[in-house]
Amino acid sequence: MTTTWVKSDRQKEREKLLRAQGRRSLSAATISTIAVVGLVVVGLYASPGWPRVRETFFSWDAMVTALPDILQGFLLNVTIFLIAEPVVLLLGLGVALLRGLRSPVFFPLRVLAALYTDVFRGIPVVLMIFLVGFGVPALRLQGVPNDPVVLGTIGLILSYTSYVAEVFRSGIDSIHPSQRSAARSLGLSHGQTMRYVVVPQAVRRVIPPLLNDFASLQKDTALVALLGPLEALRQAQIHAGEMFNYTPYVAAALLFVALTVPMARFTDHLAARAARQRGGAA
Amino acid sequence: MTLLTIDGVWKRYGDHDVLKGVDLTVDSHEVVCLIGASGSGKSTLLRCVNLLETVDDGAITLDGVELTDVRADPDDVRKRIGIVFQAYNLFPHMTVLDNITLAPRKVHGVGRAQAEEQARELLTRFGLESKARDYPDRLSGGQQQRVAIIRAIATQPRLLLLDEVTSALDPTLVNEVLGVIRELKASGMTMILATHEMGFARDIADTVCFLADGVLLERGHPDQIFGAPKHPRTREFLSRT
Repeated sequence: MTTTWVKSDRQKEREKLLRAQGRRSLSAATISTIAVVGLVVVGLYASPGWPRVRETFFSWDAMVTALPDILQGFLLNVTIFLIAEPVVLLLGLGVALLRGLRSPVFFPLRVLAALYTDVFRGIPVVLMIFLVGFGVPALRLQGVPNDPVVLGTIGLILSYTSYVAEVFRSGIDSIHPSQRSAARSLGLSHGQTMRYVVVPQAVRRVIPPLLNDFASLQKDTALVALLGPLEALRQAQIHAGEMFNYTPYVAAALLFVALTVPMARFTDHLAARAARQRGGAA
Repeated sequence: MTLLTIDGVWKRYGDHDVLKGVDLTVDSHEVVCLIGASGSGKSTLLRCVNLLETVDDGAITLDGVELTDVRADPDDVRKRIGIVFQAYNLFPHMTVLDNITLAPRKVHGVGRAQAEEQARELLTRFGLESKARDYPDRLSGGQQQRVAIIRAIATQPRLLLLDEVTSALDPTLVNEVLGVIRELKASGMTMILATHEMGFARDIADTVCFLADGVLLERGHPDQIFGAPKHPRTREFLSRT
């Protein structure tokens, strides 16, 4: 027996009130937004230092002059990032997995992995880039790259792998031991248990912190500028020096923001999708 | 014919003795129910049989081969023994079908098509054919536990261990899981169950064992254990349940 729902008068009245409330909220939000933006704009224009701030940081001419070079430099940043990111992901997961090995044969590897994360996580990224970028060419070894971009990228990879390894390790540790028991009791080996049961769940859990580290890596590609290659920050610096105007820095900053904001929204999207897939259950 | 022999198994956590020299033999097609209060060692005994815990003394033998031999490959042992846990422990990132076919495919080398066909047969047999593509968190507790049982028997184990498989379920869902176990008994599966369902134990068991403080105090036919328990501790325990 099925009963069809006919909306009662009470429910219709309720929905009418809710719609009215919705309209009121919308207009309240609109009015207050206009008011705040208006106040900020008026405040800016009325303040005595504004013309100088605008000229120094937001000069249209300086922007137009510097932007092509900065954009070109920025491509280098993007390239460094796109190469470093997958390498960091793979190495980070590898180091995390090494730390989870139980067999006595792997004891030295386990210690090495622990030592690596301890040491490289402790070294400032700038210092790492100096060490690799200036230190390695000083060795004058055969076959060792001395392109500053390559060396800078290696420095970034060494630093960020240690962070990402720890993120992966925390994800792996967060999977309840009963999942391992269940997998092992089915006859799966340690490796199979990690591959099919633990790591897939761990990776889903650590995607938000991982993307956070990547936002950080995107920005830190600018540190490669310290070795000399003409990436976005370096180009901005050159133009800023020529024009005695800081707009090029602002332009470079905006480019980095333009890269990280979509990444942040993408993270939110992934987190929301994961929550939906799991039906809101933990 | 004797399938499993547990001989003087001792297990200690820190300085607490959980199992104090347990002896038990299980014949092929026999259903053994372990009863006893929480903490009496029922679950630990099952986990020792499946080598999820290492015994501190004694030996466990399956089909005449000692499992507790330190040279034995635990993965090889576990291929022949299935276990179902109280909390189901399904893999949340896999569909029901993938949960069931993982071990046949990856451990036993069965092809995907064949493994899925066998899994679907089992799902149909236990009334879950419509859930094959669902993720575990879309299922009720009773359905999840039935899937967990199917996952454990999909590799055709010699012995199935069931560790308080109905304890996390509300009363209306208990029966559907017990129904599955009844059907497994009818098909000749050798099982050891740790359970708090006394009525069910009496109904399904060939042998009931009463454990208290890590000691197997009494074993016998269910009618004898429940009708005329010999040991005073057994009488006391049964009068409280």
